[in-house]
Amino acid sequence: MTTISWNKDVDAALAEARTRNKPLLVDFSAAPM
Amino acid sequence: MYPDERVVRFIEENFIPVTIHIKEKPDLFQRFHVSWTPTQLILDPDGRERFRVEGFLPVEDFLAQLELGLAKFAFDDKDFAVAERRFRSVCDGRPNAGAAPEACYWAGVSAYKATNDPKPLRETAVLLKERYPSSEWARKASVWAG
Repeated sequence: MTTISWNKDVDAALAEARTRNKPLLVDFSAAPM
Repeated sequence: MYPDERVVRFIEENFIPVTIHIKEKPDLFQRFHVSWTPTQLILDPDGRERFRVEGFLPVEDFLAQLELGLAKFAFDDKDFAVAERRFRSVCDGRPNAGAAPEACYWAGVSAYKATNDPKPLRETAVLLKERYPSSEWARKASVWAG
């Protein structure tokens, strides 16, 4: 089963998005941890 | 929905994925004006919000919303060929999704914007009237029916 490689640092992910020219998908959750 | 293989593949192929939990980073909920969960935002690489999905959706509807968001992203960047392809992917490929009527509408607009030919608008009005007669998108397109 493949899983999503979630980032937890939005600013680091934005830097990666600029490098790879891809949009971010930011998931906001309150699900039980 | 995230355990679904189709969702995982779509997200990995199209996005840099970020997850934010309210207990870990409540400040980011404020920064992005998020007041309900689940919420997903599509941000461009400069951090500007381009699309928002609020509330739980079943897999087909969720995938349709993500594709709709990418289509609107392309449309706003005036990449009308990519926008039309993505809108049609929802309109024709996921016709039972809640986002389908809106996607059909914007597919027609994208085709018009790319060519200045009003024929796609008339065809869209007919399609929406036939397929989704009670949707607001059919009513919006009715002005094109001539």
